[in-house]
Amino acid sequence: MSVIGARLPRKEDPRLLRGRGRFGDDISVPGQLWARIVRSPLAHGDITHLDVAKAASAPRITAVITAADLPPDLVIPVRLTVPGPDLRGYLQPVLAHTEVRYVGEPLAVVIGEDPYACEDAAELVEMDFAERSVVLDARSADAPVAAELTRGYGDVEAAFTQARHVVRIELAIGRHSGVPLEPRCLLAVPDREHGSLDIFGMTKVPVWNRDLLAGMLGMDETLIRVHAVDAGGGFGVRGEFYPEDFLIPWLCLTLGRPVKWAEDRAEHLVAVNHSRQQHHCIAAAFDADGRILGLQDDVTHDNGAYCRTHGVAVPELTVAMLPGPYRVPAYLGRVRVILTNKTPCGTYRAPGRFEGTAAREHLIDVAAGRLGLDRIELRRRNLLTRDEIPHRRPIATLGTDLILDTGDYPALLDALVSGADRLGYRAQVPAAAAHSSTASGRLRGFGLAMFVEKSGLGPQETADVTVSKSGAVHVYSGGTSVGQGIETVLAQIAADALGVDPRVVRVTAGDTSAQPFGAGSWASRSTVVGGSAVHLAATAVRDRAIELAARILEIDTADLEVRDGAVTVRGDPETAGVSLAEIARAAVPAGGYLRPGEPAGLSARRRFEVSHMTYPYGAHAAVVEVDPGTGRVRVQRYLVAYEVGRAVNPMLVEGQLRGGVAQDIGGALFEEFGYDDAGQPQAISFIEYRMPTAAEIPAVDILISTDAPAPGNPLGVMGAGEGGVNAVGAAVANAVRDALGLAGSVGRLPLTPARVRRLYEEGT
Amino acid sequence: MNDVHRITLRVNGRHHELAVEARRTLADMLRHDLGYTGTHLGCEHGICGACTVILDGQPVRACLVFGVQADGAEVLTVEGLADGEALSDLQQAFTDHHALQCGFCTPGFLMLIEAYLAESGATGPGADLTAEAARELIASNLCRCTGYQGIIEAVLATAQARRERT
Repeated sequence: MSVIGARLPRKEDPRLLRGRGRFGDDISVPGQLWARIVRSPLAHGDITHLDVAKAASAPRITAVITAADLPPDLVIPVRLTVPGPDLRGYLQPVLAHTEVRYVGEPLAVVIGEDPYACEDAAELVEMDFAERSVVLDARSADAPVAAELTRGYGDVEAAFTQARHVVRIELAIGRHSGVPLEPRCLLAVPDREHGSLDIFGMTKVPVWNRDLLAGMLGMDETLIRVHAVDAGGGFGVRGEFYPEDFLIPWLCLTLGRPVKWAEDRAEHLVAVNHSRQQHHCIAAAFDADGRILGLQDDVTHDNGAYCRTHGVAVPELTVAMLPGPYRVPAYLGRVRVILTNKTPCGTYRAPGRFEGTAAREHLIDVAAGRLGLDRIELRRRNLLTRDEIPHRRPIATLGTDLILDTGDYPALLDALVSGADRLGYRAQVPAAAAHSSTASGRLRGFGLAMFVEKSGLGPQETADVTVSKSGAVHVYSGGTSVGQGIETVLAQIAADALGVDPRVVRVTAGDTSAQPFGAGSWASRSTVVGGSAVHLAATAVRDRAIELAARILEIDTADLEVRDGAVTVRGDPETAGVSLAEIARAAVPAGGYLRPGEPAGLSARRRFEVSHMTYPYGAHAAVVEVDPGTGRVRVQRYLVAYEVGRAVNPMLVEGQLRGGVAQDIGGALFEEFGYDDAGQPQAISFIEYRMPTAAEIPAVDILISTDAPAPGNPLGVMGAGEGGVNAVGAAVANAVRDALGLAGSVGRLPLTPARVRRLYEEGT
Repeated sequence: MNDVHRITLRVNGRHHELAVEARRTLADMLRHDLGYTGTHLGCEHGICGACTVILDGQPVRACLVFGVQADGAEVLTVEGLADGEALSDLQQAFTDHHALQCGFCTPGFLMLIEAYLAESGATGPGADLTAEAARELIASNLCRCTGYQGIIEAVLATAQARRERT
C-alpha cells in the first residue's frame, strides 16, 4: 500500500514535544548583541527631533542607529507584483527618516549587551514631531488612493437592467491578522574570515529574502545562508521581508558581531502585517428563477500606511476570486486600495477569499430571503455543474489565468447538507428561529457558505533528493516549515516514489544553502508544487538506483524494481537484491561502479513547473447560539466539507481545516485591531486582541473529499491550508443573521457582543 | 535595578546555582541562563500560557515569576517530561491525537495538563474528567494552530489511561 494517504504520525512531533525544537529565540551564539527597535508613538507627523545620545551612553549599550546612519533611500520592494499599479511612491522605508505614518513604525535601533538594558535605553531616545492629521477611515473623502483595480467580464450594466431582482448589501470586514504564537526573531552571525553571514529566523520565502538582502547589502547572495528553523506559526504574516530583516543583518555586518532581535508581543501587534479590513458594497442581478445574471462588487481596501511585500495582491485576489463557485455571466469587481495611518497590511491565510466569500455568501442568503427561495436551493441553481468544469473565467489573478480546473460543486454542497443533517445540525435550530427561541431565551441559527479556494501557485519549485551511505534519504526542499507538517508530507511523497519507509527520510526545508532555488511555503503551495518537485526528484533517484543496481547485479534495468528500500528482481522475491545503502556506497567516487566522467552520488535535483493554480473547493456549515441579553455568540457546531483531490496525510488535512476554522472564528466574532481617533492602536496585548481559547471553539466536524484529483500535478493534490479559514466569516454571519431573523445584512464583522446587541434591538 | 541575587534551584532534578538580576523573569532565566529553551514566550504578560512550567508542583506562568522567586524551588520544564528517549504518556497522546502543529504553545499545554493530572492524584488522575472539564482546563492557554480538539482528546486519553493503571 502506498504511504501516500496514510495517517502517519508527524516527523516534527518528537522534537517539539520534548522542547527540542529550534525556534528563532532558542538559538544563541557567544558574543551576541541584542537589538531593540524604537517605534513611533505617533500615527502621523513630521520628525522634528530625534536624539539618541542619552540612549547611546546608557550602560551596556553598544550603539544606537537612526535612518541617518543607514544607506540612503532604503525601501522594501514588492514581492508579489500585480501588473498595472505603480506602487513605488508607497513603499515602506527601513527606518522612518522625515515622517512617521503609523504607530509602531521603526525609528531607531538600540544595540547592547543585554535585552533588558536595550529596552531601558530605548526609553531614553528623545523624539519630537510636528503632528499631522490622520486618516483612519478608508472611505473618507481625504483618504489617499494607492491603486484602483478592476476585474471582470461581460455586460454587467445590461445584466442589472434586465434583472427581475437586484439585491444589494454592504458588509465590512474587521482588521485582524494571523498573530502566530511565536513572535518574530532574527539572529545574524557574521563570518569575518569569509565575509559571509548566517541568518536564523527567516522563513516562508527564505531564498527570496536572501536575494533581496544580498542586493540591499551589495553582497553575493551565496555568502548569505538562511538556516532552517522551526517557526511558531506562519499564517501568511511571518517570513515576509520586514524592516527588521534588513536592520539586523546590516547591524551584524556593520558591528562585526552577532546580533539578535526578539520581538515582543506588544510590538508584534503593531509591527507585523495586519489584514482583512475591507468594505464591500456587493450586488447581484437575478432572473425570475433566481439565476444570477450579473454580479458587482465595489470594495474599499484599507491597506494601512504603506504597501509592503504583498503590494496589492490581497485586494486583487479579493475581486478576482469573488465570483466563487457560481455561474456568473457578467461580473465587475472594483477595488480601491487606500492608505491610512495604521499598521500596513499583507496576506493572512485565505487572503481576499475570507473577505470576498463573506460578502458573496452573505449576499446570497439575503437574496434568498428577498426572492422567497431556500438558501440551499438558490445556491444549487447557480453553482457551476460538473459538465461546466473546467471553467475558464476571463480573469487573471497573481499573473495566472483563472481556470476552475476540476470538481463537482453541487455534489459537495449535497455532501455538506446531508452531513449536517446526519449530525443533527438543522434539527437543533427551530424553524423561524427568531420567533421560537430556546428555553434559555437564546436564539439559534444555522448558516452555510460555499467557496472556491486556490492553491499550488507556481511557477515552479525545486527539490533535491539524496541517498546517503547509511541508506537514509535526504530531501532538500524549497518549502519551509511553518508548523504545517511539511517534513511529514514530503517524507511520505519521497518514500512513496522511492519505495522506502518514510522513517528513513529526513526533510530539510528552508535552508538556502541546501536548496538555493526554493520558492517557499505560502499560497497553499507546499504539498502541491513542493511535493510535486519532491516526487519528480525521488522518482529520478529511483531510476538512478535501478540503473546502478543493474550494473551491480548485472541484470537488465527492465527486470528491476525498488521495494522496501532495495532494488530487487521484478517478480522474484527469492533473489537477493541490493539495498539503497549499498547502491549509495557504490555510487561514491571510489565505489567501483561509476563510468568515466559520470558524476558521483545517488541523488537528483528536479524542478516542477506549473503555469496555473489548482482550485480546491468546499462548504462550511455552522450552528450558532445568540444570547440576546448580552449579544454573545457561541458557535455550537461547525462542519467543513472540502475537496483536496488527494490527501497525502488525512490527519494533517483535518488538522489544517480544524485549525483554520478556529483561527477565523476569531476574525468572525472576536479579533479586531481597533484604533482611537488619534490613530492609537487599541489592541496592543492579548487582553484586547481576543484570540479564541478552547472555550470558544466547538469540536469541528470534517468531511474530506478526494473525488476530484487535480489534473495539473503528478500527485493529483490540491492545497489544504486555507480551506478551513475561507468561509468562516460567511457561515458565521449567515448563522447569526438566521438566529436574529434579519432581512438584511449583519453589516459588519466581527460580530462582537455590542454589535449583535444592536442588531437584535434594531433588527433590519 | 541591577541587584544581583545568588540562588539555587533544581530543574528537572538537576541542581543549579547562579546569580540573577532581581528583575529577571524565571522564563528568561530558564531559557537564556540555564538553556532550557523548551519553555517558550508568546506574550510575556501571562495570557498565552506558552511559558507554563511546574514550580513546586504548581503550574505557573514563567513570564510572571521572577527568577529569584524560584530560589530553593523544584522546577519541572518540558525537557523533564520524557523518560530518556521515550516520550511520556501525555507527549505520546499529543502526537497520536495530532494535538500540535507548529509546536510553539505545546510545552505550555503539556506542563499545564501534567500539573492538573498530578494534582488530581488523590481521587485518581483527572478523575471523572469530562470533555467539558478538559476544555475548561486547556482554555487557560492559547493555541493558534490546532483548534484545540486534538489537545482535548489527548488530555482525556491520558487521564483515562492513568486511571486504568492505578
